[in-house]
Amino acid sequence: MATVSQDPRQLTLQQMSGSEGRRRKEHVVRALFAAAALLGLVISMAIVLALIGRAVVWLTDIDLRWLWSDGWFPRRNDFDLLTIFAGTLIIAAVAMAVATPLGLGAAMYLAEYASPRARRVLKPIIEMLASIPSVVLGYFALTVINPELVQRLFSGAGTFNLLGAGLAVGILTVPLVATVAEDAMYAVPNALREAAYGIGARRRTVTTRVVVPAAVSGIVASLILGFSRAVGETMIVAVAAGATGGALRTFNPLDRGQTMTGAISSLAIGSDQVQGSGVAFASLYFVGLLLFVITFVLNVLSERFVRRVRKSY
Amino acid sequence: MAAVATTKVEESVRLALTGRRADVRGQLFRLALLSMLLVALGVLIVLIASILIDAWPVLSDRGWEFLTSDTSSLASRTGVRQGVVGSLILVGIVAVIALPLGIASAIYLQEYARDTRLNRLLISNVRNLAGVPSVVFGILGFVIFVQALRGFTGPNSYGRSYLSGALTLSVLVMPIVILVSMEALRTVPASIREAAYGVGATRWEVVRSHVVPYAAPGIFTGTILSLARAFGETAPLLLVGAVTGYLSTPPGRGVWQILQEQYTALPTQIFAWSKLPGEDWQANAAAAIIVLLAAILAVNLVAILLRNRYARKW
Repeated sequence: MATVSQDPRQLTLQQMSGSEGRRRKEHVVRALFAAAALLGLVISMAIVLALIGRAVVWLTDIDLRWLWSDGWFPRRNDFDLLTIFAGTLIIAAVAMAVATPLGLGAAMYLAEYASPRARRVLKPIIEMLASIPSVVLGYFALTVINPELVQRLFSGAGTFNLLGAGLAVGILTVPLVATVAEDAMYAVPNALREAAYGIGARRRTVTTRVVVPAAVSGIVASLILGFSRAVGETMIVAVAAGATGGALRTFNPLDRGQTMTGAISSLAIGSDQVQGSGVAFASLYFVGLLLFVITFVLNVLSERFVRRVRKSY
Repeated sequence: MAAVATTKVEESVRLALTGRRADVRGQLFRLALLSMLLVALGVLIVLIASILIDAWPVLSDRGWEFLTSDTSSLASRTGVRQGVVGSLILVGIVAVIALPLGIASAIYLQEYARDTRLNRLLISNVRNLAGVPSVVFGILGFVIFVQALRGFTGPNSYGRSYLSGALTLSVLVMPIVILVSMEALRTVPASIREAAYGVGATRWEVVRSHVVPYAAPGIFTGTILSLARAFGETAPLLLVGAVTGYLSTPPGRGVWQILQEQYTALPTQIFAWSKLPGEDWQANAAAAIIVLLAAILAVNLVAILLRNRYARKW
């Protein structure tokens, strides 16, 4: 029996598996890469644990009636959640009212109407718009949008208002909506378009009746992503919505107001004095947790929609 | 002549097909879409123009001096030197931490990972992390780097140091680096890998000598853009304590000492100055924005040019 392996023409399993050193190296490298990949999971768990632990501590420290009052004033123990929800929703709604027509219009034009050459020039410019830091748009909202647009149109608006901040967040969201929606429409196979043209459809018909329905999950995903981005935007609100310290509950976009992100950042700026302690400061963990959960759900939702588009072709 | 003839034929066929009616609504629709695109681009122009106008007094009067001055409580004497230096140090550390980890992670997820439940979870988790608002990363950085690891990140600065800021930004940027690198790796065709396997290469050899070199331009441009993103981030830095007011940076300190010291960053200065009342500070904020935008747009332009140059058709 043992003679089999002694046959020089016969390869053993050991010979087949290559040199020992190469295999060991392979294992080490693989383990290193896998460890790096697991880091992402560690980070998300760290976020969740850090937030949940302290949010729960905060909830047990406070009187739960503080969560419902006439405004968000952490120093006075007024933690009215409706105030910051309403502020966040107003900002996000105004932003989507800007970003939906502009983003989808630009995406449809780029995907269906623009010549390849125009597309090569225009798309990078849209991406450039995406790279503008949000603090810059905050400054723009404060110095241009609020005084030149909002206050001229509505006499009751103050220097700081939710409408102006929402418009700026909308500008920030346009490139995100446009690029994701454009990718989805561009990925619609030409066969579908040609079939429609073949039976005499015009370009507008092809765009609205063929391409948009075929790419609808990507388009919906782009809008959800845009909304999630608008909910999470901090600096524009911190600069232009004018709620350092606190704000009264309001449902009027022309008032100054507070959002979830704005509440966190203004607590953080004030933290030089309180050194990260006290009930007021600790409320940012709870607000941060709410924000994390909301954007997480939105992102999962949009990923679902994107996956549907990828599967169908 | 032939060209004229064919366009004439085309025209008459088109007229016959459309019943000799102009497609007015189609044209209006096209115009509406185009105007949406132009409005989006117009905003970019208005934004840059209005900030340039605001910044002009500072840029023309002080110019180079504005770039080389430290922060001051006087609007006429303040400058962005500390902010620029701070931002560059932050981005430098982020590059050292987030790029290797992010690219290694992308290689694992794209080249090694089989389609198991755990790996699908890892990928969708990265995607979700990329969508988490930056201010939430700031809270994470505050809890972990500023408070828990204070002894390491800066015992004398209450943990509000370069290290805390850079580690927080690294955590923020890593998911983006992973996603863009995976995207770049995905475009390398399978035939390249199979050719290498065919001559007996191990997986690591395939990755190192075939896949990564081909994907390098894509990885490079993607990661440059994510570093530009880190350069402009403000919200997380507010939480991990970038200084918004006066900051003294005495010369003659060691590298490690500096990293554990307090810092400021260019976007943080912009934020602080835009909140101060008065035209002077507004002009300073605008001038600092011009510095920031010049840096970010230049990086973007380079990245886009590189992408177009090395865009490979298989």
